[in-house]
Amino acid sequence: MSGSGQPDTSGSAIKNTRRSTVNRLSAENVTLAYDQRVIAEQLSVEIPDSSFTVIVGPNACGKSTLLRALSRMLKPAEGRVLLDGQVIQSMPAKKVARTLGLLPQSSVAPDGITVADLVGRGRYPHQGILRQWSAADERVVQESMAQTGVAELADRYVDELSGGQRQRVWIAMALAQQTPLLLLDEPTTYLDIQHQIDVLDLCAELHETQGRTLVAVLHDLNHAARYATHLIALRGGRVIAEGAPNDIVTADLVEEVFGLRCQVIDDPETGTPLVVPAARKARLTAAS
Amino acid sequence: MKTNRVIRTPGGLSLGLDVRAVTVVVLLLLVALAAGVVLIGTGDFPISAGDVVKTLLGNGNAGQEFIVNELRLPRVLVGLLVGASLGLGGALFQAVTRNPLGSPDVLGLGQGATAGALVMIVLFSGNAAQVTVGALVGGLVTGLAIYLLAWKRGVHGYRLVLVGIGVSAIVTAINGYLLTVSDIVDAARAVVWMTGSLNGRDWDQVWPLLGLCAVLLPLVLANARGLRMMEMGDDVSNALGVRVERVRALLMVAAVLLTATATAAAGPVSFVALTAPQLARRLTRSPGPNLLPSLCMGAALLVTADWASQRAFGADQLPVGVVTGVLGGVYLLWLLVTERRAGRI
Amino acid sequence: MLVDSPPEQRAETAPAPPTRRAVRALGLLLSAAILVLVALASIAIGAKALTPDQVWHGLFHDTGTYGDVVVDERLARTVLGLLAGAALGLSGAVLQALTRNPLADPGLLGINAGASAAVVTALTYFGVTSPSGYVWFAFGGAAAVGALVWFLGGSRGATPVRLALAGTAISAALYGYLQAVMIMDDAALGKMRFWTVGSLASATNSTIVQVLPFLAAGTLLALVLARPLNAVAMGDDTARALGANLNRTRALAMLAATVLCGAATAACGPIVFVGLMVPHVVRSFTGPDLRWILPYATALSPVLLLGADVIGRVVARPSELQVGIVTAIIGGPVFIFLVRRRRTAQL
Repeated sequence: MSGSGQPDTSGSAIKNTRRSTVNRLSAENVTLAYDQRVIAEQLSVEIPDSSFTVIVGPNACGKSTLLRALSRMLKPAEGRVLLDGQVIQSMPAKKVARTLGLLPQSSVAPDGITVADLVGRGRYPHQGILRQWSAADERVVQESMAQTGVAELADRYVDELSGGQRQRVWIAMALAQQTPLLLLDEPTTYLDIQHQIDVLDLCAELHETQGRTLVAVLHDLNHAARYATHLIALRGGRVIAEGAPNDIVTADLVEEVFGLRCQVIDDPETGTPLVVPAARKARLTAAS
Repeated sequence: MKTNRVIRTPGGLSLGLDVRAVTVVVLLLLVALAAGVVLIGTGDFPISAGDVVKTLLGNGNAGQEFIVNELRLPRVLVGLLVGASLGLGGALFQAVTRNPLGSPDVLGLGQGATAGALVMIVLFSGNAAQVTVGALVGGLVTGLAIYLLAWKRGVHGYRLVLVGIGVSAIVTAINGYLLTVSDIVDAARAVVWMTGSLNGRDWDQVWPLLGLCAVLLPLVLANARGLRMMEMGDDVSNALGVRVERVRALLMVAAVLLTATATAAAGPVSFVALTAPQLARRLTRSPGPNLLPSLCMGAALLVTADWASQRAFGADQLPVGVVTGVLGGVYLLWLLVTERRAGRI
Repeated sequence: MLVDSPPEQRAETAPAPPTRRAVRALGLLLSAAILVLVALASIAIGAKALTPDQVWHGLFHDTGTYGDVVVDERLARTVLGLLAGAALGLSGAVLQALTRNPLADPGLLGINAGASAAVVTALTYFGVTSPSGYVWFAFGGAAAVGALVWFLGGSRGATPVRLALAGTAISAALYGYLQAVMIMDDAALGKMRFWTVGSLASATNSTIVQVLPFLAAGTLLALVLARPLNAVAMGDDTARALGANLNRTRALAMLAATVLCGAATAACGPIVFVGLMVPHVVRSFTGPDLRWILPYATALSPVLLLGADVIGRVVARPSELQVGIVTAIIGGPVFIFLVRRRRTAQL
C-alpha cells in the first residue's frame, strides 16, 4: 500500500490514468477471450476495499473468467487489470502472490501429501532458497489451520479427507499466503448444505475480523445475497447491476439476469433479500 | 512420519531438510558407488573390490592400473552419469507433465536420438563420434519439435505427452525405414546402439556428460521449489507466485539436454528414466519431484543393471538396455498389481 | 468447466432427425464408392502402371496376358489391404469406445508387441520362415497378450486406465525380449526389421484364407456391440443405470478388438495409426454414435491403408515404401493436429 495515500502533486493526465482508482483491485475495459471465443468485451469492474464481493450470474456469463482475469490467470486481450495502481501482469509474480491469493475451482493435491505440508505450500511467495522455512512460516501455518478448523487433521493425508474437509484445507493454504485480497472460485461447489454454510461463515469471519477483501464466485443467489457486502451481477459478459444486495436484488433484476420469474422477500433470519422462484404453474401461464 | 528438520540461523536463514530423503540419497549414492566398484572388478580379468579401491586411490600395480583407469573406470563413470542424467531427466519430465508415464521413453526423445544415430550409421557409415553427434542432434531437435508442437498458449502436461507419442510414432517409422534400407551389418550395429549399451565407452564420453551435469544440476535445483508448487496445478502455483511457463520451459530444456546427452553417450537405455523417479518416490515416501533421490536412483539402477547383464549373460553379450527394458516392464506390471490391490487405480 | 463440450458431442442425446440420417446413409454410400475407386487404383498403380481397360480385362476376362498376371499379383495385396484396413479401423473404434479414450490405439493394449514377440520366437526357435507360417504365431501372440492385458487390467473390474497401463507394461517387457533376440540372432534381425514396419507386399491368397474367418467373426461381433458400447460410453454408472451389462460388454469388446487387430497384424505386421485416425475422422461427421462410426470406419479405413500403400509404391520407385511407414508418416501429423485441436479441459 506504500505510496497509495500520497496526494498526486503533478496532476498530469498521464499520472491520473496510471492511478485511476482508489480501490486496490480493478479491471478497466477488459476484453476477455479464450482463443477466438470472446467471453466479455469492454468490461470494467471495481472491487471495493475491505468488501466481501460476490459475483453472480447464469452459467457461461463470464463470472469465473472475470475472476481469472482479476487474479492474472487470464491475460485480457484488451484493457488491463490494476492491482495497487499497477498493471498486474507487469508486477513480479511473488509480489502479486503476497498481495492477492486465489483458490481455483479445481486443484489437485499431490499424492500422499499431508494437510500440514499442503497448507505449508501456501508460504511459497514468502520464501526463498535461503529462507526455506522460518519460524514465522510455522506460526502462520498453525494459525491458518486453526482458523479453518483443520488443525487436528494436520498429519492426515489430504486424499483421505471428505470433500468439506478438503475444501477447508485448500482455504487454509490460501490463508497461509497471508494476502490482504483473497479470490475464491465457487468455493462451495460439491459441498453439502452444512459445509457450504461452514465455508461461507468462514469467509465472512475472515472478512469481518481480519478486514481482508474477499471476492467469490457463487452459484447460489441466496447465499450470495446473505453473505456479500457487495454484489456484482453479470450476464453475457456485462455488468447488469452492482451494489449492496439489499439495494439491488429485486424480482426484476433476477428476471433480467437469470431469466427466472420470482419473488424477492426478506430473509427471516438476516433480513437480506431471499429469492423465491415463482411456482411452475405461474411461470407457465406467464410464458403462454 | 514427520521427518522434516529445519535448520535456522540467527541471521534469518532457514533451511528445510527432509531427513528421510537425505538418508535415501546417501544410501543410494553408496549403492551406486559400491556397484561401480564391483563393476570395475568384473570382466575377463576379475579384480577384487579391495584392489579396485586401492587402484583408484593410486596404489595399485601397473597392470591393474591400466585395466581399471583406462578400460573400466570410464565405462562405469559413463554408466553412473548416464543413469544420473536419465533419472533426473525422467523426474523432471514426470513432474512437468504431472504424469508417471511422461518419461523421455514415451515422449519419443529416445526415438529421436535413435533416428539421428541411424542416419549416421546407415546413410553415412559414420564412426562412433559421428554417431554420438548425430544422436545428440536428433534428440535435441526432437525435443524442440515436441515442445513447439505442444505449445498453445502455454504447454499443458497431457498435451505434451500425447504430442510426444505422435512424434515418437513418426520417428519410429523413419527408424524402421532406415533399418530396412540398411545392409545387415549396419542393421546389427544399429540394433545394438538402439538397445543402449555401455560397451567400449571411454573418457571422451565422460567429460561432456560431467560438464553438462555440473552446469545443469544447480540450475535445476534452484527451480525445484517452483516445480514442487506446480504439482498442485497451474492455477494454484500461479496464484502462489510461480512463473509457471518460465519454470516449465527452463526445466524442459534442462531435461531434454540431459536425456539427449545421456542417450548420445550410451544409446536409448530404456526405462531408467521411467522407473527411477517412481522407485525413488516410494523410498522417500514424500510427494514432490524428488529430484536428487531420482538422480541417485538412476545412477544406481543403471550400473547395477550393467553388472547384472554381465554376470548373467557373460561380458558384453547383451547390452544393458535389454536388462533395463525387461526389468522396467516387469516393474510396471508389479506396480499395476500392487496399486490395484491398494485400490489406487 | 469454462468450455462447453463441442456441439458434435452433444448432438446424440436425441435420435437423429430423418434428414440427418439420410445424409449419413448417403455419405456411407459415397465412402463405399471411394473405397472401390481406391481399390481399383491399387490394382492399376505400381511399378508397371495399368490402364483401366487392362484392369477390367484382368479382373473379369482373365486370359493370361501380361496385364492379367500383374492384376492377379496386385489383387491379393489389394484384398488383404481391404480386409486389414477394415479390421484395424473397426478395432480402433471399438477400443476407443471401450477405454473411453479417443486417443486409444490397438498398439496401446500391447497387441502389436505380442504379435512381434511371437513372430520373432517363431523365426528364431521354431525355424518358421514363411509368412503364412508365422501368421499363426502372430495371431497367437496377439491373442495371448490381449487376454493377459484383460486379466492384469482387472478382468471384470477393468477400467480404461488400468487396461492402458497393463498394455504399456507388457509391451515394454516384450520389446525388451524382442531386442535381445534380434541382437543375438542376425537371421531373426534380417527378417524382423522388415516385418515390424508393416507391409502388404507379402500378401498371398493363403494368408487371406487363413485370417478371413477371424476377420469375419470379429467384424460381426464388433457390429453387434455398437449399441451396448454406446451405453458404456456414457460412463460406468450411467451405463449401469441404462441397463447395460458392463462386464460382458467390456470382455466382448476386448475380444473383438483383439481378434480383429491380431488377425490384421498377423497378416501384414504392426501397422499403427489406421485404428487411431480413421475413427477420429469419422467421428467428426457422424457424432459419437457407434452405430454410424463402425460402418464408416469399416469403409474408410481401407481407403487410408490402400491409399498409403499406393503412395508407398509411387514415391520410392522403383523400390517401395512399406505401408506401415507411410501410415505413420501421414498419421503422426494428423494425430498431433487432433491433439492440438482438442481443448485442454477435455484432456
